[in-house]
Parts: sequence; structure tokens; C-alpha cells
Amino acid sequence: MSTQADFAAALLNAQLPYPKGLCSRNGADPSRRFAVYRNNVQSSLINALADSYPVVLQLVGEEFFRAMAAIFVHSQPPHSPLMSRYGEHFADFIAEFEPIAGVPYVADVARLEHLRTVAYHAADAQPIRPEQVSAALADPQSLSELCFELHPSLHLLDSAYAVVAIWAAHQQEPSLAGIGLNQGQHALVLRNGLDVEVFALEPGASVFLRHLLQGSPLLAAAENSPPFDLAQTLALLIAHNAITQLNYKELP
Amino acid sequence: MFSHHEPSLPRTQAARTELPARAGLGLKTGHFLDVLGSVPDLGFFEVHAENYMVAGGPFHHFLGLIREQYPLSLHGVGLSIGGEGALDSQHLKRLAELIERYQPQAFSEHLAWSSHGPVFLNDLLPLAYDTPTLNRVCAHIDQVQNTLKRPMLLENPATYLGFEHSTIDEAEFIAEVIRRSGCGLLLDVNNVYVSCINHQRDPLAYLDALPLHAVGEIHLAGFAEDCDNLGDRLLIDDHGAPVDQAVWDLYRRVLQRTGPIATLIERDNQVPAFDVLLAEAQQAETLLRRAERAA
Repeated sequence: MSTQADFAAALLNAQLPYPKGLCSRNGADPSRRFAVYRNNVQSSLINALADSYPVVLQLVGEEFFRAMAAIFVHSQPPHSPLMSRYGEHFADFIAEFEPIAGVPYVADVARLEHLRTVAYHAADAQPIRPEQVSAALADPQSLSELCFELHPSLHLLDSAYAVVAIWAAHQQEPSLAGIGLNQGQHALVLRNGLDVEVFALEPGASVFLRHLLQGSPLLAAAENSPPFDLAQTLALLIAHNAITQLNYKELP
Repeated sequence: MFSHHEPSLPRTQAARTELPARAGLGLKTGHFLDVLGSVPDLGFFEVHAENYMVAGGPFHHFLGLIREQYPLSLHGVGLSIGGEGALDSQHLKRLAELIERYQPQAFSEHLAWSSHGPVFLNDLLPLAYDTPTLNRVCAHIDQVQNTLKRPMLLENPATYLGFEHSTIDEAEFIAEVIRRSGCGLLLDVNNVYVSCINHQRDPLAYLDALPLHAVGEIHLAGFAEDCDNLGDRLLIDDHGAPVDQAVWDLYRRVLQRTGPIATLIERDNQVPAFDVLLAEAQQAETLLRRAERAA
């Protein structure tokens, strides 16, 4: 193995001995000095996860979070110098993490926090003016062909748990009192201007938005979804600047 | 405390940067609104390139507005110039795009490695100073400068240990890299101090061995104090404290040799209120103006 291969392996795995060939000018034990690098690497990666998953950290407590993150860092170190992308698979790791099996909603809270990060850094796009959307909706000739393009930051998450309520309860004084944890929720995450926003949708509205994201025309998307309040869902999209383009699809 | 004779350099040789010879601050995301609200009298801002390698959103929004009002130094922390493997060409491409977008007055990176194989270790790791490393670092810097079509500044490292098979002194190694590649030096005075304490070298002798004529930017930061198993001081370059008095003293000595040069106050951990950083930048600015009058 090369010098850097040994060095890198020992940084990530505290069970490995420090690499050969290290020295210090004063003759001090190099292991103590190597430990500075090991600590820098591990703590910087754990801190990056703590910054990206603040509600998960509150849910499980700092000590548990750091221990869990240390195992994740060891098994899945970053593969890119873009740290904003690190932890993409943290939620999947949490879902499989045995010690937390009794708190099954944590993985979905992690998924929601990850979508918030993705939305925060997503590409910019100008919203369509509300009056343009209204005009398009009012034209019966072309309504069946009308398609919406949605903001690049818009993401959906279907959870078997009250993921939006749990997340929202941790934005100020954290408390889960009064939340039906097992009441599934359908989250909508988007960036409106500079702010990332999170909403709970009716199940049908979530399916409807998934159809729109796949390019389905508006009416077909609505017809192929379980019952939901279309007017209210469109009002939400318009009010939060989520519609970025109107297209007309030729029907077969 | 120090007694060294200090030759001053021809001023023209120090012009390795388009940054003004003033104090600047690292731009923290928590300070975007402070900066735009007060538009403080500062020479420049510096950002970590990797933080801005995102598609859109608030980071680009605020950096765009701040760039309209200030010169910018783009500081990379992920290129792994000292890595044994090839440079990440995707990453270089992202850097080129960022430089095209923001037209920074300086681009800098570190004499260190941070990636191995597919793994990014998120730290600036030490190099063995020998001929193969020298050749590799020079080849990588050539590639960077050719791709970005501009000279870069290379930052001297803070290190905690050495390698038995190193054959070249660190300052001589840096001098040779700069001579061969034509890059400039980002002189991190805190790193000089930290490394010299950790490796029991004289900081002034270390400075004497560096090509100070090539300095295009200076970094000042704080360190954390630890000790090794023999009880000797082991300083950690954590950017989590105000600049230490010993580093300010060394900085004054540097300015006597180089004249005024763009100087950054770096703070990445335990970031205080914006006003606190501004006051530290003002301290550097005072020394820069004094150096200007002495020139």
C-alpha cells in the first residue's frame, strides 16, 4: 500500500495502528500526533452531519447522534469534496440502524431534512405570475393540454409517520406532545425565494404533484389521483411560487 | 524576542495578486445580512470554493450581491493537490466555472492532500517532502494553472507530524514548487507559527527560507493548544479562536519584509458576531497602513 493509502485507512478506522514511517522532531510518540488528524477527520464529518440533520440530533440526543454518525462516517465516508452533498444516504443508514429500531420515524425525519438541504441549494427558477396561471386555467379550449413545470427545489416525501408535525415541533421548543406519531403524512418541500418551506399535503395532492413532476397534464394528473382539493392545492403552488412554466402538451 | 536582520523586497515582485493590500474577512453564511446591511469598509472577502459549488439558492444570491461591492478571493479546500492520484478533473471544471462566474481577484489552494481513491477526508493532510512528491505537486499545479488559465496561490501547511522518508525541508520544498511552477505563495502566518512550534523550528528562520517575494495573500487565524506525550506544546490549526499575539508579532515581522499585502482574518469554528471579526480585520488594517508608511 502507498503512504497515503495507509494514512487514509487509519484515519477512518481507529482500530488500525497508525501508519509506519511517521516521526516527530522532538521524538514524541507519533500516535498522539496522528490522533490529531484522526480526530479532525472524524469530528469534521460528524459535525457536517450534525449541521445537516439538526432535528434528528434533537430526537436522538447529541451523544447518541455522534456515536451513530461515527459509525456512518466509518462505513460511508464522503466520495466528493462537496460537503453539502454528504449524508445523502444517512437516512437509509438510520433506517437499518438496529439500536434505533424502536424509534422508526427518525429515518423519515432524516429524509425530510435531506430534502430541505437539496431544496436550499437547488437551481433558481422564476415563478409564473399568478394572473398568467389564472388565465391558463380559465381557458376551456386548452385546459386539457395544460402542463405545469414546477420549481427545481420541489420534492415530495410520503411517510407512514407524522414527519412534518415532528419536524415542525422541533423548530422552536421541541416537544412531541399531542402529535399522533403514527399518523402518516405526505410532505412537500420547496424553496420560495430564499426560504425552504415544508407543508403536509392530503394523500391525493401528493399523488397529483408526482404526476405533474412526471410531466402529466394538469387535468389527467388530477383525474388519476385519489380525491383531494384541487383548488386548494393549486392555490398553495401559486402562493408559494412553485409553478415556473406553463406548457401545452399535444394529446394523442 | 526575535533578533534577525530583515531584508526588504523590491515592491514590484510582491505584486502577485489583484487583491488590494488591505484586510479582508472570510465570508460566513451567518453574516450575509450583516455585510449587505452595513457594507463595512473592508478590502475583500474570501469564500471556500466548495461551498459555492451548488446549483442555486441563497449562497449564490448573497455572494453575487456581495461580489458587486467587494473584491473576492476564492479559496479551495478540496482539490487535493498533494494527492498520490490524479486531480479530479470534474472538480477542476467546477472551479473553472466558479471562477468564470465570480471573476475572483485570487484563487488559492493548499500544499496538502485530502482525497485518496474515491474517498474525500475533509482535512488538509501532510505530505512527505521528497522528490517524487515535489514532481507530483508541480505537475498538479501546472494542470490547475493551465485549466484555470491563471496563476494560483499555494498555501503553506500547518502540520502535526513528519515523515521519516522526507528529504527536503518544508520551506525549501515550497520555494522549489514556486520556482518551478510559477505559482504564488499564500503565506498563512498562523500555519508558520503552528508548524514551527510543533516541529521545534525557528519561525524567523522558516520565513527566511520561504520565497517571500512570491507572497500574494496572507492568512491570519487562531489555533488551539494541546500537548504531545512528552508534554511539548502541540498547536492545532482549528480556526476557532482570535489571532494569537505571537502570530500578530510574526505578522508584523512579515510585513517588514514584504510590505503591505492583502491579509485575511480566517475563522471557521466558533464564529463570533460579525463586529468581532470586523474589529480583528481592523487590527490587521492598522498594521498594513503602518507597513505602507514605513515602505
